[in-house]
Amino acid sequence: MSILWNNYRYLILRRFTQISLMLLYFGANAWGWTILMGNLSSSSFLGIIPLSDPYAALQMFAAGAVLSADLLIGAGIIALFYMLLGGRLFCSWVCPINIITDASAFVREFFNLDHTQKRQPSTRSMRYWVLAVSLIISFALGITAFEFVSPISMVHRGLVFGLGFAWAAMLIIFLFDLFVLKNGWCGHICPLGGFYSIIGKFSLIKVHHNAQNCTGCMDCKVVCPEKQVLFMIDKESLPVLSGECTLCARCIEVCNDNALNFSIRNLTKKQTIGENNENNE
Amino acid sequence: MKENEQNTRRDFILDMVRATGIAALGGFMWSAYVDEVTASTLLLRPPAALKEEDFLRTCIKCGLCVEACPYDTLMLATAGDNKPIGTPYFVPRDIPCYMCPDIPCVPVCPTGALDESSVTKDSILDVNTIDMGVAVIDDNSCISFWGIQCDACYRACPLLGEAIAIKYEKNDRTGKHAFLKPVVVNDVCTGCGMCEKACVTEKAAIFVLPREVAEGRAGNYYIKGWDKEDEKRLENASSIKTTTEISKRSAMDSLNDGLEDLYE
Repeated sequence: MSILWNNYRYLILRRFTQISLMLLYFGANAWGWTILMGNLSSSSFLGIIPLSDPYAALQMFAAGAVLSADLLIGAGIIALFYMLLGGRLFCSWVCPINIITDASAFVREFFNLDHTQKRQPSTRSMRYWVLAVSLIISFALGITAFEFVSPISMVHRGLVFGLGFAWAAMLIIFLFDLFVLKNGWCGHICPLGGFYSIIGKFSLIKVHHNAQNCTGCMDCKVVCPEKQVLFMIDKESLPVLSGECTLCARCIEVCNDNALNFSIRNLTKKQTIGENNENNE
Repeated sequence: MKENEQNTRRDFILDMVRATGIAALGGFMWSAYVDEVTASTLLLRPPAALKEEDFLRTCIKCGLCVEACPYDTLMLATAGDNKPIGTPYFVPRDIPCYMCPDIPCVPVCPTGALDESSVTKDSILDVNTIDMGVAVIDDNSCISFWGIQCDACYRACPLLGEAIAIKYEKNDRTGKHAFLKPVVVNDVCTGCGMCEKACVTEKAAIFVLPREVAEGRAGNYYIKGWDKEDEKRLENASSIKTTTEISKRSAMDSLNDGLEDLYE
């Protein structure tokens, strides 16, 4: 039991937050709860505090919509929250699609598909292109481009208000990630992930790597959905500064050598500067 | 990388052009799709909704209006509904808008896609200023037009006698009965759809359509000369005079043009 907790503690916590947020939204529609009403696009916390998706607000701005005070406050709160705590915290702790793509990655690992299909035919910077294109289309057509195709809001809205064909979107993402591209949706395409990567670039909470403890087993790289952020493993003691890290903390759980841990950004920064000076100069 | 140092610039440019090409192709398909799914104008929106075009770009699809509706009238379009996905709408034949006096669905809108000021009169919410659409009667299938007495829609209307009036006409077929024909007063109708819900025919003979779809427009150049109010539109009117090659001269000269040689 303690091994289970030790190896999966963050995974369990993440599933807990994802599912309880889902439940709060669902309860608002089904049973009239007032804790968290609406959905991930925009919601009302306790019926007073507005919360809005800043990326949706950006698209609305590009589309030429008049932005209301409530929307600006809501988007500001969310943007500030992720700016401080870590942009892609949303991706691994809130977003319902994460459960699907994690399942896909698990099955992929289980059947050893990565060994058969080693070469990844696509670049991870695609998400920034998609982000840019979404804003261009929003501007050109006067419509919130991603909001009309987003499987994230489609699935989340579907689970709260009635699914319709949104199960097809779930299935497609699962199969795409499983057979076409590893970490395909979350790690390559999703512009919301790209948006939060940019927002969270300078956030406070980061994963920190301690190279002295590292035995180079590379278990962390196997579980990481954004491998490229762990370039320093077994080489340098550095915090994972890339905004693309989703703070899912799977690397921390699988590490048996205590070489990875959460830390507050500024503290670790001073340390690393000191170490670098010693090593390099 | 190492063996082809001189090729990196070439690679870089090629990569950028390829990415641009893929982005252009993807962006083209994406915008074509989005343009197509937002083209429908046949939806009835919640009270106080902005004009469809503005509504589509302002609505964030959060569903707070749906949660606020006590009658489950409002729904969010789901994938497969063939409606702009995630946006709220209602189908009056299933559940009409019951016109709550406090209009709970409107103030909860975080983005102003449901515009509270458009249903506020003298700084209080006035349910009668709502304009979701307008009821239209198909007099071919409405049994009142056949001569059968039915005033279901008239009775169901929350603005009884104002939005739907009953017009009495002689029934020439029997010679001794009257038609009691329902007539919608377009300017008063709010589009709540209680008439459509109440209609007794198999498929409703009175139904609500978005005003854009149901109504025509006479245009600025027709003015009711007998209506003092309407004539006021002339006060600030300006005329546009177009000068072409033949209208430079007077009409008479223009008509006689080319006849000069007759008098020679």
